[in-house]
Amino acid sequence: MFYRNVDEGTVISQEMISEGIFSLWIKNEGAKHAGAGQFVGVYPKGKDTMLMRPISICETKPEENAMRLVYRVAGAGTKEFSELKKGDKVKILANLGNGFPVDEVKGKTIVLMGGGIGIPPMLGTAKALAGEDVHAYLGYRNNDTFLSDEFMQYSKVYIAAEDGSVGVKGNVIDALKATTVLKPDVIMACGPMPMLRAIKNYAAENGITAYISLEERMACGVGACLGCVCKTVNKDEHSHVNNTRICTEGPVFNAEEVDI
Amino acid sequence: MNTKVNIAGVEFKNPVMTASGTFGSGMEYGQFVDLNKLGAVVTKGVSNVPWPGNPTPRVAETYGGMLNAIGLQNPGVDVMIERDLPFLAKYDTKVIVNVCGKTVEDYIEAVERLNETNVDMFEINVSCPNVKEGAIAFGQKADALFDVTKRIKAVSKKPIIMKLSPNVTDITEMAKAAEAAGSDAISLINTLTGMKIDIERRKFVLANKTGGMSGPALKPVAIRMVYQCANAVNIPIIGMGGIATGEDAIEFLMAGATAVAVGAMNFVNPTATVDVIEGIEKYMMRHNISDINEIIGCVK
Ligand SMILES: Cc1cc2nc3c(=O)[nH]c(=O)nc-3n(C[C@H](O)[C@H](O)[C@H](O)COP(=O)(O)OP(=O)(O)OC[C@H]3O[C@@H](n4cnc5c(N)ncnc54)[C@H](O)[C@@H]3O)c2cc1C
Ligand SMILES: Cc1cc2nc3c(=O)[nH]c(=O)nc-3n(C[C@H](O)[C@H](O)[C@H](O)COP(=O)(O)O)c2cc1C
Ligand code: FES
Repeated sequence: MFYRNVDEGTVISQEMISEGIFSLWIKNEGAKHAGAGQFVGVYPKGKDTMLMRPISICETKPEENAMRLVYRVAGAGTKEFSELKKGDKVKILANLGNGFPVDEVKGKTIVLMGGGIGIPPMLGTAKALAGEDVHAYLGYRNNDTFLSDEFMQYSKVYIAAEDGSVGVKGNVIDALKATTVLKPDVIMACGPMPMLRAIKNYAAENGITAYISLEERMACGVGACLGCVCKTVNKDEHSHVNNTRICTEGPVFNAEEVDI
Repeated sequence: MNTKVNIAGVEFKNPVMTASGTFGSGMEYGQFVDLNKLGAVVTKGVSNVPWPGNPTPRVAETYGGMLNAIGLQNPGVDVMIERDLPFLAKYDTKVIVNVCGKTVEDYIEAVERLNETNVDMFEINVSCPNVKEGAIAFGQKADALFDVTKRIKAVSKKPIIMKLSPNVTDITEMAKAAEAAGSDAISLINTLTGMKIDIERRKFVLANKTGGMSGPALKPVAIRMVYQCANAVNIPIIGMGGIATGEDAIEFLMAGATAVAVGAMNFVNPTATVDVIEGIEKYMMRHNISDINEIIGCVK
């Protein structure tokens, strides 16, 4: 459901779930309208920061107006967020972007793929698809497999670790190939660009529809500044050039439509 | 209390406009503010044909501001006429279309296409630092600025505002050239050329290497330039650069601007435009000012 506002959020709780990775629950109005794969802009308060930080909505509890953000401390903004305590106020630009088309894929064999800090939005997506034939492939650097337990309530879980310490050695595509009795109809993915490129190619070669969630530097988050564009195969309906706004037309795109 | 200002015969209900490129054509921020409250909506720069803009990353945060190198991506004047202008026509606000081009002919073609529309004024961007050809060249040499202004003025059926670049040695020379060539008003400042390096990756943060700086860190430079221009020319000035509050806007008016525009701060506070208008009104009440025009250029 479309919701757009600057919310005053209140921190419900925060914990570190892995080295440098935090799970933050916030109470805000946008939570009950949020869809899987949408994101929010969280404004830091520090004087050396100014723009909102785009963070994916990991999951929500609509009945409690609660939204969960899982993020990695990357710089000044996320460092500040990691110090938020219960009861603190946060300014949030909610809700941004389109999200994964979960209603369109019901009844199909669905593979969710998350790599590193791209895993959080896939949890909410798994939750939205609970009861469907969902297989989650999660890619980690090592055996610190944050969030993987939580996926088990909604889907089958397959793990890949770059260092081979757990699951399949390699990335999520390697894990998919290793379990390939499975022929997915649809892949939904979020993660680093090389992973998304590999998924785009794999999906094209195997006749699978893939939806990928992209990332880019943003200023406005609402489609006004044209800072966050991605190249498109065809002319974009809004821009009339081969560029589309990730914050507005995305962050989720059919992989066939974007030139990455 | 009167907040109306007049620029080249066009009356604005208040002196607060949007800065080109930070507000699209009003649709996006129309979700946060009532566009009817604004003095004017100034559109993103539009050219005769669609422009794809620069590669990404196009934006970067800096201390007290940001850099952008959008490269004037725009859908072209036809889409502006078919989609954006009818949208804006629904609101009781003035519409200023910002026009960009690579050659004088590009500007003229866009202006001629827009002449027959309900646009109130044109703002001519001769000062974008982020496109390689044309544009900025017109804004950095007084004789080139004089020439482009004169040729656009000759074909324009609407009053024109030449938008000046701060990336010059003496901005008053530019202001004088625009005035001498018949520009009805000037607006300043466009972004200040900057650069940011990612020292961990030893790379430029922006794909374009350089970008235009905007935001609060820019304000003192903008105030100084508005003051200098106000003392150099007699045409009205639209001032901008880092405006976040009503107080910031008042500072520009006192320096000599007849109107102001809010840019990058829309990103930080989506209701910034309306907050600035309310801040101006509160200031006027607090200081018993019955007419906003009383304070324009009051600091000599
Ligand atoms: C749609 C979207 C969803 C995202 N979801 C998540 C998430 O769920 N969890 C998570 O940990 N991270 C997520 N990110 C990345 C996150 O936005 C950045 O890590 C964060 O902005 C860094 O801010 P900082 O101040 O800590 O770092 P700095 O490096 O100090 O930030 C400086 C500037 O660069 C921008 N920036 C830096 N890295 C990125 C990046 N990777 N993407 C976009 N902008 C960046 C910042 O927003 C800020 O404007 C997402 C990014 C996008 C675009
Ligand atoms: C993202 C972005 C895009 C811009 N695009 C344009 C443009 O298309 N045409 C133009 O004349 N100025 C453009 N500008 C410059 C602004 O209109 C304004 O002159 C400048 O940013 C200073 O004001 P500010 O500090 O309030 O942003 C742009 C600025 C930003 C931040
Ligand atoms: S961040 Fe401004 S258009 Fe996407």
